This record gives sequence, structure tokens and C-alpha cells, in this order.
Amino acid sequence: MSPLTDEPPGAVVEVRELTKRYGNGVVAVDQVSLGVRRGEVYGFLGPNGAGKTTTLRVLLGLVAPSAGHVRVLGRPPGDPAALARIGSLVEGPAFYPYLSGRDNLRVLTRYAGVPERRVPEVLRTVDLADRGGDRFGTYSLGMKQRLGVAAALLKDPALVVLDEPTNGLDPAGMRDMRRLVRRLGAEGRTVLLSSHLLGEVQQICDRVGVISDGRMVVESTVDQLRAGGELVVVATPSDVARRRLLQLAEVDAVRASDGVLRVRTDERHVASVNRELVAAGVDVTELRRDERQLEDVFFEMTDREQEASHV
Amino acid sequence: MSDVYRVTRAELFKLVRRPSGWVLLGAAVVLSQVFGYLVPYLSYRSGGGDGEVVGGATPEQLLAGTLPDQLVANSIGGFPVFVGALALVLGAVMFGGEHNWGTVKTLLTQRPGRGRILVGRLLALVVALLVATGVMFTTGAASATAIALAEGEPVVWPGTGALASGFAAGWLILAMWGVLGAVLGETMRGVALPIGLGVVWVLGVENLLSALAGSMLSALQPVRDVLPGVNAGSLAAAVMPDGLVEPPPGVTTAVAEPRALLTLLAYVAGCAVVAVWTARRRDVA
Repeated sequence: MSPLTDEPPGAVVEVRELTKRYGNGVVAVDQVSLGVRRGEVYGFLGPNGAGKTTTLRVLLGLVAPSAGHVRVLGRPPGDPAALARIGSLVEGPAFYPYLSGRDNLRVLTRYAGVPERRVPEVLRTVDLADRGGDRFGTYSLGMKQRLGVAAALLKDPALVVLDEPTNGLDPAGMRDMRRLVRRLGAEGRTVLLSSHLLGEVQQICDRVGVISDGRMVVESTVDQLRAGGELVVVATPSDVARRRLLQLAEVDAVRASDGVLRVRTDERHVASVNRELVAAGVDVTELRRDERQLEDVFFEMTDREQEASHV
Repeated sequence: MSDVYRVTRAELFKLVRRPSGWVLLGAAVVLSQVFGYLVPYLSYRSGGGDGEVVGGATPEQLLAGTLPDQLVANSIGGFPVFVGALALVLGAVMFGGEHNWGTVKTLLTQRPGRGRILVGRLLALVVALLVATGVMFTTGAASATAIALAEGEPVVWPGTGALASGFAAGWLILAMWGVLGAVLGETMRGVALPIGLGVVWVLGVENLLSALAGSMLSALQPVRDVLPGVNAGSLAAAVMPDGLVEPPPGVTTAVAEPRALLTLLAYVAGCAVVAVWTARRRDVA
């Protein structure tokens, strides 16, 4: 059976009220819940130290949860049957410096019970085929990262867990990595990607979960998070335009600043708003939507969360 | 193929490509050859004739000690202390190194469970020490044959039983030290501290305690008799032919053979259990 088709029904990753408390009393993850659906690219967002990596480690069975319910591919974390179908790169690539890139992967094929012919395939995928014979210790940071991704793909996994995969990559490497992640998603794999690079997540993820200070702030689609952008209107006379806008049922709010009106309304009402202004004898010289970037939403939410936790 | 077998294969694949493994094996061979063959043979050659005593032995005794029938004694004579210390270093390097490089997480996220991974890795260590024991016997046999031929002495090998028991005892001694190094590397999650502590123990503390128990503090004898090095030395003494010259350092008759054998087996099993228990329950940060 292909690893891509024999997944259990329901979420590929199911986390409910996960808490991880370390021996020194530090609570790294506090009642986090999240769900990753089959075939989606899920972005796990948060500032450094928010609990992203700890959560991913729990999912892989590296760290035991203190409380909560965790299922990965329908099994408890670290279960061999689940691990056999998960490829991961968590907190940087870790390999043997005295072995070549290729031999490092050959070691892992033995551990994972994967045929050795996968090694050249994954080296080609990450564009390392010509350097596969060089010692890992001589690799650049970007090459090490790419070898880490190659290792994550060895098992032809149904679920790929990538923790900050673009760390250490130059702009071209980052672009290639984004393409690769998109391709993994297009192939039907489920990808769980942690990142603090919001632009990156905005470009490649279907849904995101935002974590801050160990707590889940929100879980939603990227589009929903970015919804609520404003309509920027420049019109003369401005006061007439403002009065007319405030009378419209489809407009929630209007702010005026420096001769620019910022109108909160749904995207589908833009044309009718324009029509109403023109009918009211207003000259509309500029009309555009001001999209919210994920970054704006992220800082709004994490700042709010941090303020709340410090009260 | 079972997970354990696959892990063992993977670990041996790594070990044969790891320079430090070859350095340790080379050091063991050189030590054994120099002190087992080269020094006695040169002393014999440089000594005067007619029964002159060199370092407590006559030249004839020195030569006899290097001949093929002494293969067991010369091969495993250094195992209780010097070669044992190298085996401990190998265990610490194999297990602690994974923590230094952070590769533990890479291995634990492949497929096999933690217990199976640990058992597979321990088996690889024990297999490597089996090969090392074989290399020590083989190089010893080559030197003994060369000396016998050069001196016109007969090439007479120990009996099959003596060879087998000597080989098995040697392997067990190295396995005990190696697994002890492994458990230190695994529990301390590093290389430097286990090697430092282990080597100080093997070369220093054991000797000190043995000497104290043997002379002024006989009350320490029960403690001495459970020490790993003392039991290793006692097992080596039990399978070596009666010595022509002074026994090598650490080779002792302090503990009777069956007890020494059981004690070493208990150390191997106990260390393996501790290593597996530690690896199974600990968070990998």
C-alpha cells in the first residue's frame, strides 16, 4: 500500500490540550490543541521559544507529553508504525561528520528499513547528487539543511514534519525549499511546517496555527486570518463621500486620515460602494483594497496574547 | 529482517567508516605487540647467554613467552587493563558521540522503538569487540610464528579447548568494558566525561583498591572482589597457562573462575539494562 493512501480517517495529527512541563518547572507547551488534515500544508507559527519545536518533538515521540491527547497517523507519538511513515527535520540537521552525505543517508535507510535506491533519488530531489560523496563535515549550512530534507524524504513519507526548513538557506535556497514544500503538498503528502518567517508561510501553507508563550492563539486558514482588510478610498469632496459611506449597510466603519478614507467592508462590496459614491456625485480618484499581511495579524495576536499573560 | 538486526548493520556500517574506531584498534594491536612480543623478544636478543636474568626472567623464559603455545596469554594479557580501557573508550565514543552530534533524534525518528535501537547498538559494539579480539589473536599468532621460525623453535599452538576458552574469555572481558563505556556515554550524554571517569577508574582506582585490599585493608576484599577489573583479571588468569614470567598488569587470581565469569556476565547484563532503561524514558532535547 502506498504511504500516501493508507492513512486513517480524520486528522493526520491530532493534539488536544497538550502540556509539556519540564522538571525545572518550565511549562514549554500549555494546553495546546491543533489538528492537521490529510494532504494539507500546515504552518505552525510562533516567535522563538514559543513552544513550536517542543510540540513537534512530542509529535515525533522524542519528548513525552506531561498531559493531553496526541495521535499521529492514528497512533501514539513515537509508535514505530507511525514513524515508518513520517519524515522529519527538527531543529537543524544532525548527521555524522565523518560520513559522506550519501553514507549518512545509507545509515538511515538501514534504520528505517527503506531500500537503498531511495538515496540517489532524494539526493537528486534536493539537488545534492553531485556532492553526495563529500563528507558531511565539509558541507555548507545550506547543504546540511538540504541533506536534512533529503533524509526526511527517504521513507517516502505520508507526513513530513519540517522545523524551520529554510534556516541557513540563501534566497535561492529558500525559493527552492518553498517550491519543494509546495510540491510535497501537491503530491498528496501532509506537511507540517514550523516557521517564524510569515511571508513564507503565507505563500505555501493552507492553514496555520499560531502559538505564543506556549499557548495556541489561533488556528485558521491563511485567508481567514488575513480577512478584514480595508478599502482605501480617495474621493472629492471627502466629507460627502464619508457621509454617504456611513449610510451604506455594507460598510462597517469608516476612518478618515490625511484625506484618505479607510473603509471596513467585505471584498465583494467594492463595486457597489464605488457605484454609490459616483451616484452621490463624488469623484473617486483611488479605490483599492489594502490586504492585511499575515505578519500584521501575527503581531496583533501574539502581542495581545503576551499582554494578556502579563496582566 | 528484524529492527534489531537492521540497527546492528547500520551501526557496523558507521563504525567501519569511523576513524576513531580504527585508531583504538590500532592502539590495542600496537600495545599488545610491543609488550607481548617486541619487548620480550628484544630483551631476549640483547640479553647475554647462559641463564642471565633480564627483568626477573631468564632469556629462555622470555623467548618461551613469545612462542605460539603462549598465544592465549599474549593475546588477552592486556585485556583486563589497557585494552579494556580502549574498549571502554570505544563504548563511550559510540554511545556518547550520538549525543555530541545530536544524531540521537535522527536515529529515534526513523522507525524502530528506543529499546530495539539500544539493543541493536549494543550488539554492534559487542560484534566489533569480537572482531577486535580476533584481530588481537591473529596479529599475535603472526608475531609468534615469525619469532618461532626466526629462532628455529617448534610452532606448537595451544589446544583447541584452551584457544576457544581464551578467545571467549577475552571477548567477554572486552564486551564488559565496552558496555560499561556505552552506559556511561548514554547516561552522561557525552564523550569526554565518560572517557575521563572510565579511564581513571580502570587504570587508577581499581589498582588502588586492589592494592589496599591486598595489603593493609583486608576488610576491603569483598569490595575488591566485585570490581569489574579484578574479575576481568581473574577470568584472564583462569584461561591463561601457568605463567613463565610475571603476569601482565591486572591479571590476578583474586576471584575464582566461575564467580569471575558470572560477575562479568552480570556487569554486561546490568549495564545493558541501565542503558536501555535510560534511553527509553528520557526526553531527547
